[in-house]
Order: sequence, then structure tokens, then C-alpha cells
Amino acid sequence: MDLTFTPEHDAFRMEARAWLEANVPPPGALRSLDTAEGFDDHRVFERQLFDARWSVVSWPKAYGGREVGIMEWLIFEEEYYRAGGPRRVSQNGIFLLAPTMFEYATDAQLERYMAKMASGEEIWCQGWSEPDAGSDLAGIRSKATKTDGGWLLSGQKTWCSRGAFAHRCFGIFRTDPSAERHRGLTYFLIPMDAPGVTVRPIAQLDGETGFAEVFFDEVFVPDEDVLGTIGDGWKVAMATAGSERGISLRSPARYTEAADKLVDLLLATPVDEGHHLDPRSAIADEVMKAYADAQAYKLHTYMTATKVREGHTVGAEASATKIFWSETDVAIHRAALRLLGESAELEVDDGRGGTDLSEWLDGYLFALSGPIYAGTNEIQRNVVAERMLGLPRA
Amino acid sequence: MRFSFTEEQLVLRDAVTAVLADWCTPGDLHELYANDAPDAGRSHPRWNALFNLGITALHIPEVDGGLGLDDRELIAISEAAGRVALPEPLSETAGVVVPILVASGAGHHALEPFLDGGGAATLGGVTFTPSGPRITSVADGDRVRTSGITQATASHHLLAVSSASGPELHLAVTADGDLTRTTSLDRTRRLGTLTWTPTDATRLASGPLAATLLDQAVDRAALYSAAELLGLCDAMITLTAAYVSERKQFGVPVGSFQAVKHHLAGARVKLEFARPAVYAAAWSLATEHPSATHDISLAKSLASDAADEAARVSLQCHGAIGYTFEHDLHLLMKRAWALSAAWGDARSHRARLLNLLQAERSVLPS
Repeated sequence: MDLTFTPEHDAFRMEARAWLEANVPPPGALRSLDTAEGFDDHRVFERQLFDARWSVVSWPKAYGGREVGIMEWLIFEEEYYRAGGPRRVSQNGIFLLAPTMFEYATDAQLERYMAKMASGEEIWCQGWSEPDAGSDLAGIRSKATKTDGGWLLSGQKTWCSRGAFAHRCFGIFRTDPSAERHRGLTYFLIPMDAPGVTVRPIAQLDGETGFAEVFFDEVFVPDEDVLGTIGDGWKVAMATAGSERGISLRSPARYTEAADKLVDLLLATPVDEGHHLDPRSAIADEVMKAYADAQAYKLHTYMTATKVREGHTVGAEASATKIFWSETDVAIHRAALRLLGESAELEVDDGRGGTDLSEWLDGYLFALSGPIYAGTNEIQRNVVAERMLGLPRA
Repeated sequence: MRFSFTEEQLVLRDAVTAVLADWCTPGDLHELYANDAPDAGRSHPRWNALFNLGITALHIPEVDGGLGLDDRELIAISEAAGRVALPEPLSETAGVVVPILVASGAGHHALEPFLDGGGAATLGGVTFTPSGPRITSVADGDRVRTSGITQATASHHLLAVSSASGPELHLAVTADGDLTRTTSLDRTRRLGTLTWTPTDATRLASGPLAATLLDQAVDRAALYSAAELLGLCDAMITLTAAYVSERKQFGVPVGSFQAVKHHLAGARVKLEFARPAVYAAAWSLATEHPSATHDISLAKSLASDAADEAARVSLQCHGAIGYTFEHDLHLLMKRAWALSAAWGDARSHRARLLNLLQAERSVLPS
């Protein structure tokens, strides 16, 4: 057991820190990534990250990475959040699709997509959920029919994050209409500008179009854009789901950084406005509980990273992890809003003559989606009970 | 960075687990509830079996005849002891009292009982508060009365007393004092009050050294309570998962209902995230890392909460059978309640975390 970083790790950290301190835009400089203008602002920053080889540190060098290990990735993430780096507009691609690509893609597919994914030139969205297939993902009805040289995709996908502005979509479609549920599904890589694709942006809680409905009307996708084999889509999709719920989507740095700011907020709150600093007070305890959970998530991640590095795979534990980080995120931001009291709902000056959600309020709205997306926490609790505790299926 | 146990550490833990499986069954604990043996924790064969593994001497350097190991080994052993609700103070002897004796510079004579004398020891006369240890021993004429001693029948007690020049630490022998037993909900904790006479011979440390050792002793007690809580938590969840998979209502196992699944999954998640914090705190303590105090409070707060939750849902998921004295659940649950509150409950440790973070921020350059 050794919880120290090596001198090489420290050097890597310092190199990342120096670059990030010099290049991360100040808070509010980029417009919201859920607007057309903000989407482009964030892509410009992704390009800078890519040019300095910081956008995907763990990837092969051929696609813009540094071929470093999972510890270095965690260190980079810690530094990224420490520096106040903006939300990653390319996250659906680099954190969700990429691990699946590295497992299932052909060399030609990797060649075609990975570097552009890493640079932000092509932003990917996820096409999984349908109006009648959310938590019950195996109930997918959108279908793909074989045609010369490829497939014709028809149906409707929804809640596609980044779908309003994305260039490409990774989605699951039913290729064998006679097969039941998890069988007969196939994973496709789809250009969003293909004829027959219609995007209807959906405004989220904050009023911005963070996700979208996507309609497919006989959209042609060539054979070479099938990921994995025909009919194997569920298995391929579960690889993405594991990444989404496991450690690659939400590094602990996001939570430890936010929790540290939360403690600062508590300590900066005047004692005469509710005795917040009295450690016996309910709000102080709520803050420290959120802090402790963020720290626990970090330590758990180090332990998981050690296992992964030593050749173990993350199975049902990913469901426990997803429950924990999503609920920790909500707890951190809810405590902050409680500290801010009735002023919490106020928007703040956005520096461009308008107003925007405060950092805490924006963070809270974002956090609230966590227990819902990537498989609701209710579904994850079923997985923990059945696969970690061996409880019988219903 | 390598956050996992070594093969050797796991082999040692498994050896202790095997002995515990033979010597500490639910039947043994029920028997103890029914008929507490006054010599338990001294000459009891269960204690001898554990003692013979050398665990009490784990922290004693090899040159002095011990194993020369540290908290990185002991933490996993302590978790295993918690899993079977071991009544005897294995964690407290090996993880609290002996390391403090070693750190105090006490000679071979003080260590001897824990090398080959079958000695068992606990810490008393002090309690955890967020701002530091508070001494609870009170003067009684020339003698001192120390209440709330756990495993009062153990052979030795590391006891704190207040003197005009500050705290003192003494190593008292149970037989040299007058012991009154106190009954508590978890009868296997064998609480008691010892009235004893501090002398030059019993004094281990005074002045600043005693204050430092006292801080360390209470932190160690908190950490090892946390480790036992992990084991208890795991045992309660495992017991309950097995029960709800068997027990049928409406023609199906009750464990197939989501309401039951979600209770247990919630408890399992809390355990999953408390465990690394406890192991990390053991590492910090063993390596004298500056964050050790912080890490121990983190560990104890998470483990106390995890065990409280596991106890709560385990009882609920068992239904009425879990509410009976004859069922095994209460053996685990009562220990979990006691250890959750012992050496600082979750809130007290979170309060100390806040104190530590506040102090850290106030010394940062502006």
C-alpha cells in the first residue's frame, strides 16, 4: 500500500498545472456550451488542449494522446478542475464512446474518428434513449434495415446530450426485428448531417438546449460505420455504459474541488447569520458530510485505479460508483445553495451585459441530472442488489 | 501509488480469519450473552488462539521479539475481527495500547505481557471531542475512578488521568484495582469501572509526551473502531442478503422486491465508499503522514454512518425475526451501535474535520 505519487507523477502534475494556469480561460469567458455560440467557444478551447496534447492524455500518441496511465489521467483531471477548466464539450465522445471504440473499432474506424474526436473538430452525441425506452433500454424500437453497402436507419432518439449541435451520433438500432429485447441490436456511428436526420433541440431546466430529440427517416449509414458486429449492439453498448458509470466519466476532481469551495463558502459565511460555523449546527454538518463523501470518492477511485492497472475489470461496482458520485454532486451543491439562503436563486452578471446562473446554481442544475442519466439510480440500485449482493431478480 | 494490500498482508489476514471462524461463531456469542465468563479476555481459549498468532505483538519491533509490522497489516485483521463481532480487544490491544507503549519508549517489561504473557489491553479514562481528548477519570481520594472501560476483564488498561501538570498516561493492571462491572446493551463489551492507584510504577508518560500520546491513542481507537465497523457492516449486509433471498412472501423471495433491494443496495454503497477511507487512514498513520488526523476523522465518520445504515436496514429487511434475542442479527447490530458512537461519532468527527480545515486555511498565505 502506497498512497504517494512518484517523482514522475509529480513532474507530470507540474507540467499540466503550468499549462492549465496559462491557458484556461477565466470564469465566464466562454459562453454556455449549451448555446450555439458557446458550443463553438468550447470547441476552440478543446483545440488548444489538443494542440498541447492535454485533451486525451491516456490515448495513443497517434490520436493526440500521451499514452500515459490511469493515474496520470486522474492527476490531469485534478489539475484541470483545480485550474477551473470549462466543462468538456467533447465529453460524450472522449469519455463514453472512446473506451468502446478502443475495444471494438476497426483500425480504419479509429483512423477516421479518434483524432477529430480528440481535437473537438467532431463532437459526438449519444443516441440511445427513446420515448419508450429509457431505463428499459432494451425496449429500443428504432430500426435499421439492410440495403446495398449499408443500412437505412429509422426511428426516434431522445435526451441526446449535445444533440442540438453535435456532428456525429453513436446509437443503437434494432437490426433484427424478430429478436427479443437485448438481442438483434446493432451499434452505429452516424453523421448528423446525413439526409433524413432531423434534430429538435429541447430546452433543459436552465432554458438552454443541452439535449435534443433526433428523428431518423431512412438515414443511410455505410457498413463501415457499424461498431462491433451486427446483432452485438447490446454488448458493445454495455461497454460504454460501464465507462459512463465507472471512473472515466466523472473523475473525483470535480467533486473534491467543488467540496473545497463549499468549505470555503461555509467559512466565509458570517457567524451572525445563523451560526453556520458552530460545528454542531446542521448546515456545518451537511457541508462536512458532502466534503467527506467527495474525499471518499477520491480514495475509492485510487483503489479502483490500482485494480484496473493490475488487470482487474470494473463490473457491477460501476453501478455503486455512479450512485455515489451523482448523489455526492447533488449534496455538495444543495449545501451551497442552503448556505446562500434566499439569494441562491439570483442570477449574476455574465460580464457581457446580461445575467447568468451563478456557479453554484448552474452546478446544482447540472448535478440534478446525474441521478437520472446513464441509467437512473433506481436501476443502479437494482444492479448493486442483484450483482453485488446476489439478490434474486424480480 | 498502489492502493491495495500486498499478498503477505492478505495471507496474515486470512490466517486470523480462519482462527476467528473456528473460535468466534454466533453460537459462542449467544453463549457469552447467556453466561459471561469472568476470565474472558484473559485466559479464554479464544483469546489464546488469537494471541498465539502473534497479533498483539504486531507493532513491536522484530529486535524486541515482535512482528515488526504496522497498521497496514492490522487494519485488515481488525476488519475481520469486526466481521465476527469478536468480543476480545484484539484491535485495541494490538492497534491502540501496544503501539502507544512502543511510542512511549516503555521498556521490555511493559511489552512483555503482549509478547508472551497472553496480555489483552484496552484504553480508558478518555473520550474523543472535536477539539481534542477529554479525560474522564476522576479522583477518588488517593485513588482514581475510571469508568466506561471496555473489556474491563482484560489484563491491562492504558488509562488517562489529569494531574496538576497536565495529562498522564498509566498502564494499570486490572487485578491491582477494584473492578465494578456495568451492564450495557451489548453485553459482550463487558464495560466496567476500575478504581485504582496511580503510582510511579504505573506511570508511562506525563507532560507534553503524555498529551501527544493521548492524542495518538484516541485517534488509534477511532481508527480501529472504524475498521471493526467495516467488518460489522459487511457481516450485517451479507446476513441480510442471504435471509431475503430465502424468505418468501407472496410466493417469491422478499429480496426480489425493489423496496428491499434498494435498502440493501444503499447500505452496500455506503460500505463500498467507507472502506478505502479506513485503509487510507491506516496508511497515513503507519507512515506518519501529516494528514493522518484528517484521514482518521474521515474514516470514522464514514464507517460510523455506514454501520448505522447497515444496522437500520438489516433489521428492517429481516422483519420481526431480526427483532428477536435469539437471532444472530442483534449480536452484530448492538456492537455496531456501540462502536459507531465510540471514540467520536460521525458528527463529532465531521466537526473535527471542519476544525482542521479551518486551521489549515487560516495559515495559508493570503
